[in-house]
Amino acid sequence: MIEATGLSKRFGSIEAAKDVSFVARDGEITGMLGANGAGKSTCLRMLYGVLTPDGGKACIDGIDIRGETSKARAHLGVLPHAAGLYNNLTARENIQYFGSLHGMSAQQLNSRTAELSQALGMEAFMERRAKGFSQGQRIKVALARALVHDPGNVVLDEPTNGLDVMAIRNLRDMLLALKQEGRCVLFSSHVMQEVAALCDRVVIIGHGRVLADATVQEIRERSGAATLEEAFLQVLGDPEGVS
Amino acid sequence: MRPLFVVFAKEFLENLRDRRTLLSALLFGPLFGPILFGLMVSRMLEQSVVESEVPLKLTISGSHYAPGLTQYLKARGVKLTFSELSENEARAAVRAGVYQVVLLVPEEYPQLFAASKPAPLLLFADSADSQTRKIADRARGVLAAYGSTIAQLRLELRGVNPLLSLPVAVNEVDVATPTGRAVVVLGFMTYFVLFALLMGGLYLAIDSTAGERERGSLEALLSLPVARSALVGGKILATCAYMCISLALSLTAFVYVFRFVPLERIGMSANLGLKTALIFFAICLPFVPLGATLMTFVASFTRSYREAQTYLTTVLLVPTLPIAFASIYSLKPTSSLMFIPSLSQHLLMTSVLKDESIRLPDVLVSAAASLALALLLFVLTARHWRRETMLG
Repeated sequence: MIEATGLSKRFGSIEAAKDVSFVARDGEITGMLGANGAGKSTCLRMLYGVLTPDGGKACIDGIDIRGETSKARAHLGVLPHAAGLYNNLTARENIQYFGSLHGMSAQQLNSRTAELSQALGMEAFMERRAKGFSQGQRIKVALARALVHDPGNVVLDEPTNGLDVMAIRNLRDMLLALKQEGRCVLFSSHVMQEVAALCDRVVIIGHGRVLADATVQEIRERSGAATLEEAFLQVLGDPEGVS
Repeated sequence: MRPLFVVFAKEFLENLRDRRTLLSALLFGPLFGPILFGLMVSRMLEQSVVESEVPLKLTISGSHYAPGLTQYLKARGVKLTFSELSENEARAAVRAGVYQVVLLVPEEYPQLFAASKPAPLLLFADSADSQTRKIADRARGVLAAYGSTIAQLRLELRGVNPLLSLPVAVNEVDVATPTGRAVVVLGFMTYFVLFALLMGGLYLAIDSTAGERERGSLEALLSLPVARSALVGGKILATCAYMCISLALSLTAFVYVFRFVPLERIGMSANLGLKTALIFFAICLPFVPLGATLMTFVASFTRSYREAQTYLTTVLLVPTLPIAFASIYSLKPTSSLMFIPSLSQHLLMTSVLKDESIRLPDVLVSAAASLALALLLFVLTARHWRRETMLG
């Protein structure tokens, strides 16, 4: 479970996040929807502890990310916006490097890599160097890297960016599988259809604030709009940048 | 400690597979110095050997005005080319490079010579050309010797003891040992050694910092439950490893190259055997972590590979500054200079080359000063890595 309580962050005169509070539950996919520059990445970065909030608190499974960073991170898998691989390492080496840094033993690494390789369909390119990988292959390796330590919570920052239709479909299946396994999945996106198709709950962010935090159904009912698209637009009040 | 070694192992392996790193760390860096150096020294030696062995060549015009002089020059082994030129023609010919040095005997020479008055001789040479200047110097020497021979004969004819014209006899005593003489030449070598050492780690320092950022793998790495100091430490350690390899290769190449450089032919000996190479390695070893942290520190502030490359090329020049100072002011190794990294290594290596004894406290101070600065830079780098701005 991921909890954000009153998170705030300023960069100079820009208020990137203001009093952001929400909960992403286990066994659910929570989508963070917002325009480009709405503050999604800033919020997520505070959740996985690479940015220090000016105010508020973020907890992973009840562990404060600021107080016990390493312990909290052990419960968290992260797929940042920029999820580059090491081109001179094979897919397996890329994944195991992160596993080793999580403190896993060689035995744990091997069995976990085998699991992930099968689950994500990576057998064909596990021993190949990442240099010539397609976007789809890259996202798989990056996701496997984030999941190598078997975390209960997964945060993904715009994971579908730059992926083709097939790769997006694959990713969707992977996220649903994570949900089935009872994990807490939190991902950000500026693509409305993506969020609507996949999420149990939606947190809509605009200008660094939470504009709505509800199920897709609730948002539609509350706004009284006929279509989901109109509902989102009403909540946002500022349709620019949301596709 | 484990994350440190995990990062080290990964950086080491990854760069072992990178052609650019390998070329610069293990080929270009270590071999560039020794090869260039070997060629340079061989060429210099060849030239100085040639100059003393090859007979002096001179073009003489108006030789019939001075048969005695011509005879004397021939007897001294000067290769004469005869030619008839006016003053202007001689000037033009030397300027155009048709003749290197022309000795012109003017028409009035025999008359003045017979009258025991200073008889003029014109020596045309281009002093801007170092080759010609050396020939002219030798010609001047031979002519001066001829002059003093004639002077002594004239005094003797007049019943005066010719020794009266030699009030002092100057004997130069060159105290340079054969090894000492070679040091002037070998002095450059220390810079090439330090250059190879830095080159060995250059690309890894860039790749593990700016490269990581440019590839977009940095944020994922920073999101791991690993202390930032362990991340940076592992990267610096891997950089150090490549620098050590490069240093070892460079020294090996130097030992090898010096087997083929004919230093003995001009009475020099290079004190550069395997033992010296090992001492050099030990002297330079403390400079390795300093170079690695310095490069990693600088590269950590850059946003891209290209930017890092620009800044680090400047860093490569940093060790030259103290060495340049040392050569300009011909600094002798003193204990206080041992606190200056790169200069201390340079001075210690030069002392070893000269076959002078080096004092252990100096070696320890040199090592301690370099390591202390390395530690300071490491603390600063780790602190920078803990900052949010690292994300870029």
